[in-house]
Amino acid sequence: MLRPFEIHQPASAAEASRLRGALGEEAAFYAGGTELLLVMKEGLLRYAHLIDLKTIGGLDGIGVDATTGALCLGALATHAAIEHSPVVAERFPLLAEVERSVANVRVKNVGTLGGNLCFAEPHADPGPLFLACEATVRLEGAAGARDLPIGQFFVDAYQTARAPEEVLTQIRVPRFGPHTRGVYLRFGWHERPALGVALALTLDPGHTQVADLRVAVGGVTLRPTRLRGVEDRARGRGLDEVLASLETVGGAAAGDVRPTSDLYGSAEYKGAMVKVFVRRAFLGAAARFNGSGG
Amino acid sequence: MAPPRPVMEVALTVNGGPHVLSIEPCALLIDTLRDQLGLTGTKRSCDVQVCGACTVLVNGAPVSACTYLTYEARGKAVLTIEGLARGDEVHPVQQAFIDHAAFQCGFCTPGMILAAAALLREIPHPSVEAIAHYMRGNLCRCTGYTKILEAIQAASGAIAR
Repeated sequence: MLRPFEIHQPASAAEASRLRGALGEEAAFYAGGTELLLVMKEGLLRYAHLIDLKTIGGLDGIGVDATTGALCLGALATHAAIEHSPVVAERFPLLAEVERSVANVRVKNVGTLGGNLCFAEPHADPGPLFLACEATVRLEGAAGARDLPIGQFFVDAYQTARAPEEVLTQIRVPRFGPHTRGVYLRFGWHERPALGVALALTLDPGHTQVADLRVAVGGVTLRPTRLRGVEDRARGRGLDEVLASLETVGGAAAGDVRPTSDLYGSAEYKGAMVKVFVRRAFLGAAARFNGSGG
Repeated sequence: MAPPRPVMEVALTVNGGPHVLSIEPCALLIDTLRDQLGLTGTKRSCDVQVCGACTVLVNGAPVSACTYLTYEARGKAVLTIEGLARGDEVHPVQQAFIDHAAFQCGFCTPGMILAAAALLREIPHPSVEAIAHYMRGNLCRCTGYTKILEAIQAASGAIAR
């Protein structure tokens, strides 16, 4: 049962932002509601006003930036829309693969990508994937728009750098180069991942040297986190050399994250699992150089 | 006296019939269906979108009625288990569930059948893996999954004819 509230229907992001400014903390932005309505039903959050962002046209589009080739995802695109999008299938099949495994069919039909990111639940799949892909988010307020690297967007569990009156309108994912392959591995026994590891591996044109490596984990700490130590240990080295020393490379994760214990596992357990899944993700990405890519 | 609670009107169709309902903006679809329209086939169980007992179809797509505002169904078509049969003729998925004894206590069954009907509309001949993947968000605590899987496979054949 929900406590009573009013619903507002803005026609633009600027209007939504102004409404939030005028109504203050009694109001919340409302997208799919799959996260928000749950916590409101529990009485953990109480709002007298919901500002329905779905009445703003055009925030659910999925397209490609003609100049940069970046995939542009409207924040109100549902998980199902992204999973089934021909544009995503062509430009970023890894994202479609990840969205396929998100929650269940009912949540995917209603829940939005932007809502998922703004809720910033530590156990979520899109965050670490976008972090490894160095995506940016566009935040629009009454004063204008700003773009933020997603690494600066996630602040803490359930906290982002979005100002209360700012609307997340778009997520932009740079296109992988011809010598980059990505992998996302999720592990867990509930609908949410206990942990997720996203990895983007770039090789030199001869495919013998690790030109670049980006690794991000989710669910291990309170926000998606890059494993810079792991990345540094692999970057610039021979692929075979890295493959032969994956235990050491994965072990560097211990210096990158201090896991938090929660319902999904103890800190010690999560730390051990990060090493295992970083290793598997690297092997998976390396294997994709022999196949069709991704 | 407490201030008056906000009320709004929504127009929608439920099981093919048009309705204009006076609702509170905070009304959940499951409560509107069960309490306002008397359609008690939609079951509340986990209440957190995990179990699928409250599955209904909105414009053909499964949603969890327990965590879906009635407001969201404005201008849309809602299908509950009561609307699946055509008169005395049950839907092929319903018939397959009967033929395969694919329910025990029956509490998950309305949601199972609606999810399966949506699956077969999307993928007329799903693989076993595809059925298991699509249906993984519908839980049967009697654990009668084998029969359910068989029924959906059979319905897939029946719908093809």
